[in-house]
Amino acid sequence: MTGSPPTGNEHPEHKGPDQEPNPTRRDWLFHIGVAANVAAGVLIAIPLVGFVFSSFVERKDPRSWISLGALESFPENSTRIATYRNPFTRPWDGETANIPCWVRRISGNQFQVFAINCTHLGCPVRWFKEAGLFLCPCHGGAYYEDGARAAGPPPRGLFQYTYKVEKGELWVKGGEMPTLSNPV
Amino acid sequence: MNWLRKAAVWLDDRLHLTALYASTAGHEVPASAGSWFYVFGSATLLCFIIQVITGACLAFVYIPSTNEAWTSLQYLNHAQFLGWYLRAVHYWGSNFMVAIMTAHMIQVFLFGAYKYPRELTWVSGIFLLLCTLALAFTGQVMRFDQDAYWGLGIGASVMGRVPVIGSQLVHVLLAGPIIAGETLSRFFTLHVFIIPGLIIAIVAMHLRLVLTKGINEYPRAGHPVHKSTYDAEYAEILRKEGVPFVPHAIGKDLIFAAIVIVGILGCAFFFGPKGPFGRPDPTIVNTNPRPDFYFLSIFAALALLPDWMEVVVLFVAPVVCIVLLLALPFISGTGEKSARRRPVAVLSVVLVMLVICVLCYMGQTSPWSPKMDAWSSDAIPVQYVKGRTPLELKGALVFQNKQCRNCHSLGGHGGERGPALDSVATRLTGPEMVRQVIQGGGNMPAYGKKLSPAEVDALVAFMQTLHPPSVPPVRPSDHRENKLPRDFAVLTK
Repeated sequence: MTGSPPTGNEHPEHKGPDQEPNPTRRDWLFHIGVAANVAAGVLIAIPLVGFVFSSFVERKDPRSWISLGALESFPENSTRIATYRNPFTRPWDGETANIPCWVRRISGNQFQVFAINCTHLGCPVRWFKEAGLFLCPCHGGAYYEDGARAAGPPPRGLFQYTYKVEKGELWVKGGEMPTLSNPV
Repeated sequence: MNWLRKAAVWLDDRLHLTALYASTAGHEVPASAGSWFYVFGSATLLCFIIQVITGACLAFVYIPSTNEAWTSLQYLNHAQFLGWYLRAVHYWGSNFMVAIMTAHMIQVFLFGAYKYPRELTWVSGIFLLLCTLALAFTGQVMRFDQDAYWGLGIGASVMGRVPVIGSQLVHVLLAGPIIAGETLSRFFTLHVFIIPGLIIAIVAMHLRLVLTKGINEYPRAGHPVHKSTYDAEYAEILRKEGVPFVPHAIGKDLIFAAIVIVGILGCAFFFGPKGPFGRPDPTIVNTNPRPDFYFLSIFAALALLPDWMEVVVLFVAPVVCIVLLLALPFISGTGEKSARRRPVAVLSVVLVMLVICVLCYMGQTSPWSPKMDAWSSDAIPVQYVKGRTPLELKGALVFQNKQCRNCHSLGGHGGERGPALDSVATRLTGPEMVRQVIQGGGNMPAYGKKLSPAEVDALVAFMQTLHPPSVPPVRPSDHRENKLPRDFAVLTK
């Protein structure tokens, strides 16, 4: 209790000659004050929560058609890597927005375009031409050349993009990281 | 000197410093708590303070943009004066923090310090553990290289396995549908603002509880905690052997603090900062993503689990573990404190640490991952090709060219995903090898479509020569069925 100043209990209510100490009015002010601040808190929280968790509200398909290049760059019976600029991009993305994928041209306009991400935990699978396998460096998942699961922990075959052939070019619908709950 | 004294009295009168000191640094603790076992809590806090200071310094230069982060890390490493050293101190500080925090937790558990009346000290400590692990994960993303990029991919894939709201959770984690500009900003905000803020708040509560409920006395076997008597017993201990924390019990904390600081500075000086490794360019697919050591054990568990258990381990196990840890002081809040009378507690610590260490080691060596360049970099041992027939030599070529080596080692070199084949002829007959190569099975892909009959013949001829000189190759017989590995038995039925 060191240094406490001499008590000064003059409340404003005591000063006015016509105002009696009014506990009910103070209670009322306190309750209104709490209610008003709860309401204000909710008003602040709505935009904050909405901002951070916008994905639960905004359901716009982030995907769009992207050209992977001329058909001639994908010889028949072969699997090659192709890259595209992610359509969901920001000016400060840099090289992170360059997304690779594996293009297998079976024949003519018949393709399979595989996402780079292993279906187990999303690591980049690598194509081994001689063995005819995609191998994952993280946990050793293996897939056949048609994307079917061959061995290891993956729960399913490789994710495949929707593709179309137009104007002599191969187009895929991309822009989203494929996961088990959201295969491309 | 009179004016100096007057000034001090004036300051104390306004700031109440003496009272503050008496109730905090000078509070009474049992003399037995001035033990070497009681130094880990303050050392963890010390590590956190070092992390905050070095982190703030790094943030002077670091740019949390996907386009610039990697370059700014390189700038810190090579151009900024002492930048490499601050990065190293921050990295080693995080390792020390996780390690010392673990030691603190084990000590508190083994000394029964979580028991009545310190339940909430333990509970707040569990939240500090979770926050520290969250700092470790987000910190590894700050080192924005290939590991960080694919580590985020792993995080997103884990989220994507959550039923119903998986894709929304991926979106929340990545701040978008894919790893892009806003992802790094989100992790930067978590790493430098939100989680450290949470830690400061919870540490305040943690320390407040240490002050109000007192520090645990050094437990003695045969002195169990009873809720009805403990408070009086503790008061009696303080009355008999209570000493002010400063200066009587802090000595060992101070010495350990100096050791920790010198340890961090020394490791930083001799081992340097970690990375950044390859550029965060996803089109470089020749990469080998690995998490930092805090998460290696989980990474390893995910390779070794059967797939039906993965969802259980990813989502149920963490919840069960956290709930168990939070519930611990309420399940066993009384009774013996001393580890000498709690064999189950000691054994569970040993078991959990063994599991984590073994998984860490396996995560580091990753025997389940194919060795991606073994087929072109590891030569076949001379004794396996010397004096062989042309067909067998052709088989050795097939073995190498078809990249069998990435999963099967010869002479100790090559992948360890599949069994080593140095003595395969003592285990499998020729026809069994043909079947295994063509149909696969037992976690081996089928090569029927990728090998011509002639190649299979040559390959099997080569493999039949693979046996130690003293052990003859196994011969086909009618009774082989029962001796086959499980997967063969299934295949041949």
